[in-house]
Amino acid sequence: MQYVVDGLLIGCVYGLAAMGMTLIWGVMDVINMAHGVLIALGSFGMYLLFTNLGINPYLGVVLAGAGGLLLGIGIYRVAIRRVLDTSHLSTLLATFAVNMILVGLGTAAFSTNPRAVDVNLGSLTIGSVTVQTTRLVAALASILIAGALYLFLNRTSPGKFIRAITNNRNAAEIVGIHSQRMLALSFGLGCMLATLAGGLIATFFPFSILSGDTYQVKSFIIVVLGGLGNPLGALVGGLILGLLEGIVPAFLPISWVPVIEFVLFILILIVKPTGLFGGKE
Amino acid sequence: MKPRGSPGLWLILAGVLTVSLFPVVSDNAAMREVLFSVLLAITLASSLNIILGYTGYISFGHVVFFGLGGYVGLYLISAYGASLWVALPAAGAAGALLAFLLGKAILRLRGSFFALATIGVNEAMRALFNNLPRFGGSTGIALNFSVYEAYGGATRALWLAYGLMIALTLAILLISYRTKTSKFGLGLMAIREDEDAAEVLGVVTPTAKTWAYVLSAIMPAMAGVLYYFKNSSIEPNDAFQLSFSIELLVMVMLGGSGTVLGPVLGAAGYQLLRNSLLISPFFKNSQLVVSGVVLLLIILFIPVGAVGWLRRRFPRLRKTLI
Repeated sequence: MQYVVDGLLIGCVYGLAAMGMTLIWGVMDVINMAHGVLIALGSFGMYLLFTNLGINPYLGVVLAGAGGLLLGIGIYRVAIRRVLDTSHLSTLLATFAVNMILVGLGTAAFSTNPRAVDVNLGSLTIGSVTVQTTRLVAALASILIAGALYLFLNRTSPGKFIRAITNNRNAAEIVGIHSQRMLALSFGLGCMLATLAGGLIATFFPFSILSGDTYQVKSFIIVVLGGLGNPLGALVGGLILGLLEGIVPAFLPISWVPVIEFVLFILILIVKPTGLFGGKE
Repeated sequence: MKPRGSPGLWLILAGVLTVSLFPVVSDNAAMREVLFSVLLAITLASSLNIILGYTGYISFGHVVFFGLGGYVGLYLISAYGASLWVALPAAGAAGALLAFLLGKAILRLRGSFFALATIGVNEAMRALFNNLPRFGGSTGIALNFSVYEAYGGATRALWLAYGLMIALTLAILLISYRTKTSKFGLGLMAIREDEDAAEVLGVVTPTAKTWAYVLSAIMPAMAGVLYYFKNSSIEPNDAFQLSFSIELLVMVMLGGSGTVLGPVLGAAGYQLLRNSLLISPFFKNSQLVVSGVVLLLIILFIPVGAVGWLRRRFPRLRKTLI
């Protein structure tokens, strides 16, 4: 039971990270290979604000998210815009080049040593289950952000523009939507979600500039589980993955978890590439 | 089919052979090591080019064949005392078999889904080998030094591995050329341009794609045996390194995908650039940043790669630059 609850809580945060990836992928058909390093940068942003300026960790997460938004828009303008309409390979490699640059700069600035932020809010005990409050807060924040994203995409006009572009970019341009601006915004939002998730992860896990890779691969799995371009599906996918990570160690050595995850990933890709909750093609 | 290859092919083969014989003639072991890494890169990049450049399918996890080949080879050598002459074909067969099975399963996926699936396969293999005690789990397999005695001592064995590496490189270049100029290769390129149209025109796309994938898997698996035989040990996190796969993609892009010469130039250029960056004190720490910037600039401004650019710039050279 303890494992299940822990798994579900962490799953929410995984889902948040994957939401950023699925947003970008759905809107512009770009797999962001720099997703992992943005998660790590979110962790570092929060860490630096907290240790150097003494800013409250959760405020730090928000500020890191804002930084992620700006960074994402910058990345889009420099690296993505020119290659957006060419091949998949170009966009994959362009984002991977961004990843190399950011990892290289991050390594030079912070080395690859693991860091940790000491945020201790105690723990809650309900029945036989003890939950660290930091994990609970992170999970609630993830759900809240997911809800906000949903409202943004469905109720506000920039959100509706983004969905229109997802549907059919040419048609959206014909009715007067400034597509470049909206694409930049959605890339920025995707990166913002990654940095937010990174900041939240740093409140309870140690991290390094390279730790984002793990979360990036998890995001791939979640996106495929939840269906492409579907933010709520990503949250559910995250929950499933978290649950899996909570339950599997009860039966098998923990090192088997990635084997199961990736086999599941490939099977879903083969059987139902639109995701477990994806509609028909 | 023309009876002999084009002058371009002979130039490439002669060039590769001449350069790779330098260390043999001068008996220079340090130069041999550098050239081994370059030849390895050429072999892997040219293999990747068959599925990536000719067929247009992005394999992000091509290193999986390299790692699997290394594992099969080292396992046969260490557990059964097999000779290199058995281990090499066995690894090639294992790579081909994996590619065949994968091809049946994941080559139906298109575009980025295939790319993601190959990442998944690579990570699944890495996680799997980490958990198999028969293959040494997370510590992998280490060869006992006595295995080199069958080849006349470690020094001789290293030279032998180098010689075989040259042979593999020449073989993949021939395969690459033959594929490109054959009807089979034309089918692959038709798939690259428009898979549905290719199918309508009579290319049996699932079969063609699967064979292209198999063809691109054999040489990396054999090269894996040579590399890890020379290295004398193998471990899962090293054998299935995703970043190595991506470096291979960079090499193909750098030289020009879909050409025979491109991967050769790209691989050699990338390895030499990387080596010199690693040696120079200023760039040692910023190697990753510099490579990233170079990659980004190529993708943004010269997406056709060096050979593609030359072909465009000097139309007369098109016959030779293949």
